[in-house]
Amino acid sequence: MKYLRDIGSYFIMIKKVFGSFTKRSVLRELIFKEIDDLIINSLGIVAFISFFVGGVVAIQTALNMDNPLIPKSLIGFATRQSIILEFAPTFISIIMAGKVGSFITSSIGSMRVTEQIDALEVMGINSLNYLVFPKIIALSFYPFVIAIAMFLGITGGWLAGVYGGFTSTTDFAAGIQDSFIPFHLTYAFLKTFVFAFILATVPSWQGYYMTGGALEVGKASTNSFVWTSVIIILANYIITQLLLSS
Amino acid sequence: MIHVENIHKRFGEEEILKGISTTFDKGKTNLIIGQSGSGKTVMLKCLIGLFKPEEGRIYYEENAIQDMDDEQQRSLREEMGMLFQGGALFDSMNIEQNVMFPLRMFTTQKKSEMLERVNEVLSRVDLENVNKKFPAEISGGMQKRVSIARAIVNRPKYLFCDEPNSGLDPKTATLIDNLIQEITHENDITTVVVTHDMNSVMEIGEKVVLLKNGKLAWQGTNSEIFKTDNEDVVSFVYSSDLFKKIREVQLKKQ
Ligand SMILES: Nc1ncnc2c1ncn2[C@@H]1O[C@H](COP(=O)(O)OP(=O)(O)OP(=O)(O)O)[C@@H](O)[C@H]1O
Ligand SMILES: [Mg+2]
Repeated sequence: MKYLRDIGSYFIMIKKVFGSFTKRSVLRELIFKEIDDLIINSLGIVAFISFFVGGVVAIQTALNMDNPLIPKSLIGFATRQSIILEFAPTFISIIMAGKVGSFITSSIGSMRVTEQIDALEVMGINSLNYLVFPKIIALSFYPFVIAIAMFLGITGGWLAGVYGGFTSTTDFAAGIQDSFIPFHLTYAFLKTFVFAFILATVPSWQGYYMTGGALEVGKASTNSFVWTSVIIILANYIITQLLLSS
Repeated sequence: MIHVENIHKRFGEEEILKGISTTFDKGKTNLIIGQSGSGKTVMLKCLIGLFKPEEGRIYYEENAIQDMDDEQQRSLREEMGMLFQGGALFDSMNIEQNVMFPLRMFTTQKKSEMLERVNEVLSRVDLENVNKKFPAEISGGMQKRVSIARAIVNRPKYLFCDEPNSGLDPKTATLIDNLIQEITHENDITTVVVTHDMNSVMEIGEKVVLLKNGKLAWQGTNSEIFKTDNEDVVSFVYSSDLFKKIREVQLKKQ
């Protein structure tokens, strides 16, 4: 029963976000600020993780290949597949649920508890549009982050493979081109868009409707991570079922 | 003018406002007084529409907010200025941006015009050279004054202040009280001030509404408040020794 009400309040929130719009010049400024906070500020950690996890994927694949009949190009192939299909879109999104998600929840939540949201409303501003819409727009650049993660992940795999002595550049390059299905990229970026929307709205919803004081802001941020990552995982399952299993 | 008719507000089981009716006059500073927890803030938030009363109606001039759709309420709110009890400054913006905010949102003025107006209201609340500081970098009393500046910058038709001078020294408190009254008279607006400061009542209480346990216990002007024999008024006003002495002196005179 409580969950039903929660889900209802989420969709009502989404509707209000696209209700009455904030003045355009102000909105533009807010969007730039959110791009900076949510996208630019995440690049470092995303690059770091992608690069090293890509390397580890390549090494793991190599170490588990003791049958001499398996071609060496498999390392490149396996790295590409796991990074493009799951690691970059899904795994990085879970990390973003922790980084960006808790940032969004705590910033909106502390505006709630210090009555800043009430102050916006009293001025006649649609606070949901003012606060959440710029985040949705900023996170529509999120697929670029994921593209970078894909690129760096594969680069990491290549470097780890070559410098670890597991494969050669030629084999690796052959592997990443081997039976490439362009639809896999479509699938990956499609789900990235869905995850971006979840990353922008679910933490906002957790922060916006919270009650209490500073202590509850902390709790809401933790809750927000749980909700956001669970929803991302479920959405991932549904999208994969719909797009790939036919 | 704002007129409220029989408003009831509940939180869960607890009834906070138990049927209040009164009128806040235009061109006057209207005060809501009462003990801590008597429902003053809740009453104010009902007036501005942040809380929806379960029963009763609130009229702005002739129009009840209960009859307005979202868009109408929004345009009504553009004419309101509100000072929250905790200040509610935007902590991602500096002082200048905070005060300028309503102008940026609702006017088409040039940046230089806005800046001029911002500096004008900041100097009226006796704040200079803090433009570039952030709310966390100034004192609580200063935050309160910035918040008043933000509330009045766009010349509201309705001004609401929740304890404008709590946490201020007596001199600044008087300055703020007088400022609120001046603005009310200058622009002929409807002002509602929540306070429990008897100084404010004496200074600017052109109409005073006393709440007790969510009910309206008494209403009148500040000169009447010192004469009435109403029990609730007497127990509220004369809880301090100073005011007890003033009353004795007054009674002797008569
Ligand atoms: N959002 C809320 N949810 C539940 N109860 C509330 C809420 N806001 C206020 N109350 C309750 O309403 C009562 C009146 O609170 P209110 O804030 O109006 O007091 P007040 O007269 O403004 O007091 P003070 O002078 O201390 O500010 C209190 O008992 C409070 O617990
Ligand atoms: Mg209060």
